[in-house]
Amino acid sequence: MKQRDFDVIVVGGGHAGADAAAASARTGAKTALVTLKLENIGVMSCNPAIGGLGKGHLVREVDALDGVMGRIADKAGIQYRLLNRRKGPAVQGPRAQADRKIYRAEMLAELSNTPNLMIVEGEVTDLLMDGTRVSGVSLGDGKSLISGAVVLTTGTFLNGIIHIGDQNHSGGRMGDKPSIALADRLYGFGLPMGRLKTGTPPRLNGKTINWDILEEQPGDVEPVLFSFLNSKPSARQVSCGITHTNERTHDIIRSNLERSAMYGGHIDGVGPRYCPSIEDKVVRFADKTSHQIFLEPEGLDDDTVYPNGISTSLPIDVQEAYVRSIVGLENVEILQPGYAIEYDYVDPRALRPTLELRDVSGLFLAGQINGTTGYEEAAAQGLVAGLNAAKLSAEAEQVIFSRSQSYIGVMIDDLITRGVSEPYRMFTSRAEFRLTLRADNADQRLTPLGNEFGLIGHQRMASFDRKMTLLSAGRKALESAKFSPKEMKLAGIKVSEDGNRRSAYEILSFPDVTISNLIELQPSLAEIGVEIQTQLSCDALYANYIERQNRDVERMKRDEAHEIPDDFDYSELRGLSNELRTKLVVVRPQTIAQASRVEGMTPAACTLILARLRQGKRMRISNG
Amino acid sequence: MDTIYALASARGKAGVAVVRISGPLAFWTVEKLTGSVPPVRHASLRTLKDDQDEILDKALVICFEKDASFTGEQSAELQLHGSIAIVKSVLEELSKFDGLRMAEAGEFTRRALENERLDLAQVEGLADLIESETEAQRKQAMRVLSGALGDKAAGWRISLIRAAALIEATIDFADEEVPVDVSPEVLELLAQVMLDLESEVSGVRISERIREGFEVAIVGPPNVGKSTLLNALAGREAAITSEIAGTTRDVIEVRMDLVGLPVTLLDTAGLRETTDIVETAGIARAIERAETADLRVILIPSVDAEPEITPKQGDLVVVGKDDTGALENLSVSGKSGQGIDQLVSVISSRLSQMASGASTATRERHRISMTTALFTLESAKNEVLMGADRAELAAEDMRTAIRALDALVGRVDVENLLDEIFSSFCIGK
Repeated sequence: MKQRDFDVIVVGGGHAGADAAAASARTGAKTALVTLKLENIGVMSCNPAIGGLGKGHLVREVDALDGVMGRIADKAGIQYRLLNRRKGPAVQGPRAQADRKIYRAEMLAELSNTPNLMIVEGEVTDLLMDGTRVSGVSLGDGKSLISGAVVLTTGTFLNGIIHIGDQNHSGGRMGDKPSIALADRLYGFGLPMGRLKTGTPPRLNGKTINWDILEEQPGDVEPVLFSFLNSKPSARQVSCGITHTNERTHDIIRSNLERSAMYGGHIDGVGPRYCPSIEDKVVRFADKTSHQIFLEPEGLDDDTVYPNGISTSLPIDVQEAYVRSIVGLENVEILQPGYAIEYDYVDPRALRPTLELRDVSGLFLAGQINGTTGYEEAAAQGLVAGLNAAKLSAEAEQVIFSRSQSYIGVMIDDLITRGVSEPYRMFTSRAEFRLTLRADNADQRLTPLGNEFGLIGHQRMASFDRKMTLLSAGRKALESAKFSPKEMKLAGIKVSEDGNRRSAYEILSFPDVTISNLIELQPSLAEIGVEIQTQLSCDALYANYIERQNRDVERMKRDEAHEIPDDFDYSELRGLSNELRTKLVVVRPQTIAQASRVEGMTPAACTLILARLRQGKRMRISNG
Repeated sequence: MDTIYALASARGKAGVAVVRISGPLAFWTVEKLTGSVPPVRHASLRTLKDDQDEILDKALVICFEKDASFTGEQSAELQLHGSIAIVKSVLEELSKFDGLRMAEAGEFTRRALENERLDLAQVEGLADLIESETEAQRKQAMRVLSGALGDKAAGWRISLIRAAALIEATIDFADEEVPVDVSPEVLELLAQVMLDLESEVSGVRISERIREGFEVAIVGPPNVGKSTLLNALAGREAAITSEIAGTTRDVIEVRMDLVGLPVTLLDTAGLRETTDIVETAGIARAIERAETADLRVILIPSVDAEPEITPKQGDLVVVGKDDTGALENLSVSGKSGQGIDQLVSVISSRLSQMASGASTATRERHRISMTTALFTLESAKNEVLMGADRAELAAEDMRTAIRALDALVGRVDVENLLDEIFSSFCIGK
């Protein structure tokens, strides 16, 4: 066998690639990140923002596993807003506008300084095969790199077509050239594929916007950062602007619909419903006379403005006409027209929960190539793929994230069990254990696990341990302080006169009770630090619900323990409907838990699979 | 791990009915029901009582230790008298226990399988068993879905998805153009479903009545002719009649067929102030049984006499001992037979009215699903009323309610919610 050049090779330096390479390197694997151009590393190709609802949760989880996205986003953040600030902590999502240049520069610096990681500038033209196993990549300059595993994070490069009106040309992002041979290699594997599309708005010159008449949207007074290691933004903070489309805008769009790539019938791919083009909005919600647009600055020393809410595939002249019909944009200059991009993706049901292709060992996929959208979804997948590629390369045990543990687990299970019908985006409503999987406790959920996987650096581990010590002391203080209903009443806390003494922790779960009410009852509780107080309040708020959820979690874990081998033969299983059998063969669930989530699954069918598994196990024992 | 229970023997009337309980709380449950845990692997005769200390049944109770039972878990078997009413009341009692839930189809077998309690031959035989269970589940689901309950459930499904989607939209798309306050529509949707569920849950009782019989209680002061009336209605001497006031000290039941409806007539002790301990107990019992009966025939000695208990809607107030039928009011004489036919026809028309309002859900499982859903929707309503800052808790309750109704409405998953959100609101800033 030839000497390995690297343990893991990551192809692509976008958000999936960056966290894949960093995760692999953190475990100690010798890792290469191959990118076409150094300046492509950390590029935000869509809107200049990180985080949001569900997405912010993912960033926090990546950070809890010592990933790079959260820390870099904090360096680049120029306007922070905690979404749902007035709702409960389980559904609050950190979000920030990011300076593109800072993000790119900081990401490049971070990866360049990561031990065990080498950045290689070059074009990957093909994969090297060792039988059916991927054993490395070949580069445009004729060189080959041998590795234990390869992670592909190449975004929309598969059969990508860019549309501006009735003009189109092939390519990934604007200005990137597609690698034909690599694409042919992937198609050659005979994987199930699908086609999706996504759009971008025109980029505007901020100097030509009439800011004075527009509504200003400042960031939060007390910014909430992404990384558990950070508490203050490092870049100067700015505001966004808000404007609206109007009837005239809609008229211009309506009368030019047939010139839109999408409505003119040039596009076959399915677009995301949560990010419709302005054409879609005007057609589908015809009774709305106006749509909101956020004018997002792309950087501190960059005049480019990203008008969030008007992505389009109309021709350039129509884009100019409708943009200029909008208040504040009457004289605006378009720096780069909006476009739609269509691309092929690999049906993620062909993946294992480690993001390795089931039928091509040694090859992991992460990011848009799996049918997802969004930087955060990409980074989270990158981390999982990079980690598992490193484990595979070291012949160590693979790591699977559970739905009951993380949004990362929810996302991967959704992808590999249900597949996608539109670009997949995270929402908090996708997580059935939403009250447990919070952004505020991502470190408690994942940092100790990450430490077991070898992902966590000394600095983070030390800071985590400090926090946990304070947290358990604070919790103990709250649990041991007990009060009678009478005492509570005196402190203005509404409670039934049942004579039961309750701990401060229990009282904290009452609506309208804050830690300051409790400090009134027992002044010594004020010694608990503010950050720890907040964390304990979040935990107490959901305590009753979480107890209920824990029973479901336990059930799920039990089902996750029953693994189904890849070669499990569903055709021999009597008592399954043909429809269900077909679905099971496509998904090939890895555990009974995953099987139970396949559409149309019944408890009886689960028992049937379980019985067959048990039978197989016994036969092996009796034969063996 | 939940503790599960279910009727293990066939449904319906039989000599013995076996209820099986399996899981960590099995012995605890037996202790709650019988006061103690009998020695394991011994059939012990025990009295089962509910939480009000009322006797449910005398039953043979057998306990099995963990690793020495069918499922491999701590478990117990209750061998009850095979009456539908007894089985129903025991299952209902079990449903009140925290940590206990009714088993899913095949769940005992599944647990046995997981705990490696089945040998290879048994595992091979399972496929057939499961195939028939799958078929039974399919038929059951078809019955529900094609029936009236299926229509109602489909309606609830639409309402609850809409309500949950409204709440989820304010959570997941907070920075988009969705309405800030969705609570009026959500509350209206919840109220409608809850009203339906309430009537369905109370309707479950009626349809059980159709199977098991309505209870009609005859009440009134002593010596007004209650027992004579019962005998006349039943056509035989079921109750002892005499001229001495207070003869009927316990409740006497007579089952009969009243124009096609099964009816249990209850003759109760005459209601009066008394110092006799036995009679006092009889009177207390009379009042209690009369309260829970489906219909009360309240006998009064004369036209201007006040009824001894306040009539509920639909109750009949009848003048007793009117041998000749000279009065204009509804009157009756058990002795002469006067007014009996008329009374029978009034009773049966009242009962038929109730029967026509019967719910289509008859099974205990449905009752549990609907009761749980009702309970969590109530909680969801309260969370919505407490304001938008508790939206995720309202959403959690709605999810629990929707899951509880899964058995009736089929699966509702997050894609349904997202479909509803995206078709209602223009999401995408």
